[in-house]
Amino acid sequence: MNPHRRSPFVLAATVLVYFFLYAPIVVLILYSFNASRANVSFEGFVRGYSERVVMDGSMVVSSPCGPFHWFCELGKNTEVIGAASNTLTIAFIATLVSTIIGTMVAIAMQRYEFRMKPFSQLSLYIPIVIPEIVMGIGILTLFSQLFGVLNNALHLTGDSRLTMGLGTVIVSHIAFMVPFVTLVVQARLQGFDKSFEEAAMDLGANEWITFRRVTFPMILPGVLSGALLAFTLSLDDFVITFFTNGPGSTTLPIYVYGLLRRIITPQVNALSTVWITLVFIIVLILQVVQNREAKQH
Amino acid sequence: MLKRLRENKSAQGTLLALPTTLWMVALLIIPLILTLIISFGKRSPDGNVIYTFTLDNYVRLSGYSTDCENGAAACFDPLYVQILWRSLTLAFNTTVLVIALAYPLAYFIARAHPKRRNTFLFLVLIPLWTNFVIRVYAWMMLLRTQGAINIVLGWIAGLLHIPFVPLEMLYTPGAVLVGMVYEFLPFMILPIYTSLEKIDNSLYEAAADLGANSIRTLLRVTLPLSMPGVVAGTILVFIPVMGTFIVSDILGGRQVILIGNLIQRQFLDARDPTFGSAASLILMIMTLVVTYFYTRKFGFGEEIVAA
Repeated sequence: MNPHRRSPFVLAATVLVYFFLYAPIVVLILYSFNASRANVSFEGFVRGYSERVVMDGSMVVSSPCGPFHWFCELGKNTEVIGAASNTLTIAFIATLVSTIIGTMVAIAMQRYEFRMKPFSQLSLYIPIVIPEIVMGIGILTLFSQLFGVLNNALHLTGDSRLTMGLGTVIVSHIAFMVPFVTLVVQARLQGFDKSFEEAAMDLGANEWITFRRVTFPMILPGVLSGALLAFTLSLDDFVITFFTNGPGSTTLPIYVYGLLRRIITPQVNALSTVWITLVFIIVLILQVVQNREAKQH
Repeated sequence: MLKRLRENKSAQGTLLALPTTLWMVALLIIPLILTLIISFGKRSPDGNVIYTFTLDNYVRLSGYSTDCENGAAACFDPLYVQILWRSLTLAFNTTVLVIALAYPLAYFIARAHPKRRNTFLFLVLIPLWTNFVIRVYAWMMLLRTQGAINIVLGWIAGLLHIPFVPLEMLYTPGAVLVGMVYEFLPFMILPIYTSLEKIDNSLYEAAADLGANSIRTLLRVTLPLSMPGVVAGTILVFIPVMGTFIVSDILGGRQVILIGNLIQRQFLDARDPTFGSAASLILMIMTLVVTYFYTRKFGFGEEIVAA
């Protein structure tokens, strides 16, 4: 029997599901070239090139960028650039911190026994089994009550008042990312034998050298994929950011959501297209690197 | 001091776990306790929280009221119970649909040539990595009255010379269901794939040798062995669907209100954090109860890590 034999039903279902996954994305990208400013229906591409943007009613007839009109508009949009820079700042800092402390706690869980362990374990499970909104409004309540008390106690007024902002978003992102980093690193730690570390210790290496020369190199792939997961979770996050951001800390998902509730021009599509393209390229590079590494081993 | 630490394994473990544990206490445990305390509180006229002990918020959620229009002593307004029920059934329907769509695809990838599996998985991940909000927006573009689906349907109707009235699809419960299915489909495909991929080929061969046909093999070999993946996927889909408010907000308009929307509005528009906190706790309890009974029945393993 051929193990790779496929039933026609499975094949048809597969094609349908892939179509279901990709059709919306294709439409989204197509509309980012829409000549219609209202963007309700597709009115064809922005065709012509011209010195200045030429409009006819709500239609863009020609533009300096031609079909890429909305991408040029996007580049001029300072709000988008600010949101993009916030999103990346938050993701980088939160990933760095959550990867470090997440790896530490994963090692503790896997290799050590201590009194606090069941409690630490529980606190790492909770974020996975409760909806994000529960955590989001909890953190919002914490910060609003805390800042209220502190502002009163310290007599802070005006600009010096404590408010939600980049800081609160970063701190909250770390809290929801750490459990995922820990899960990934722990899975990697489970995968290899303790005897490697014991052998190093028997040969006279102390804990630190054992960690640096044996444990860390072995768990590094796990740490990196944990960091990658954390980074994407942070980039993608809407709910936690929604409840913890403040003036000046808008991220791209929050910005897009704000637009969806107001007027939607093809700029939103152009933004989505840029995002999708970037993600596609990054994931593709990672895949190629991973495959190459897998072949080497 | 350092020497003592070097010998004390338990202290080392505590130290390694300390930063994360403190972080989780500050940003998870304390917020949850605060939510509990506030849910028993009252809203002051200016939208602040008055700390007291009253069950008013929970009574209000149940729909029971003594402040009735027709002068009756007590009456019942099912509004919030309906919202809870709607969220629960939507999460259930979404999960069932997602399993139905994810299973054949996961099976296809798991049975594909090992060299091609990564490419097929990669194709599942790409939509997942485009932003959550962007994916909802894509469905808004598809479902609008002048959107892509109606354009295609109109074109087909034109070819067949059938009169066509554009369908009103956006801002309906169906739109929210489709949006949810789309958002969470990859979270089911990955764990099911992980458990299917582990099934040894010899098991299929043995089943065939013993005379089982393909349906029997599916029911007696494939399905039971892939249950851990289905369970893990269900947890990854069911819990977030219960709490998501963007999908219903954008694709459901004001028509489809879920518990997530209710909570969000209490914190931002209606400004009653005490009632929002009570609703949030009820949501948490509902998901925990469902997850507990579900995993106790089936159990779940490492598949949840795979996703």
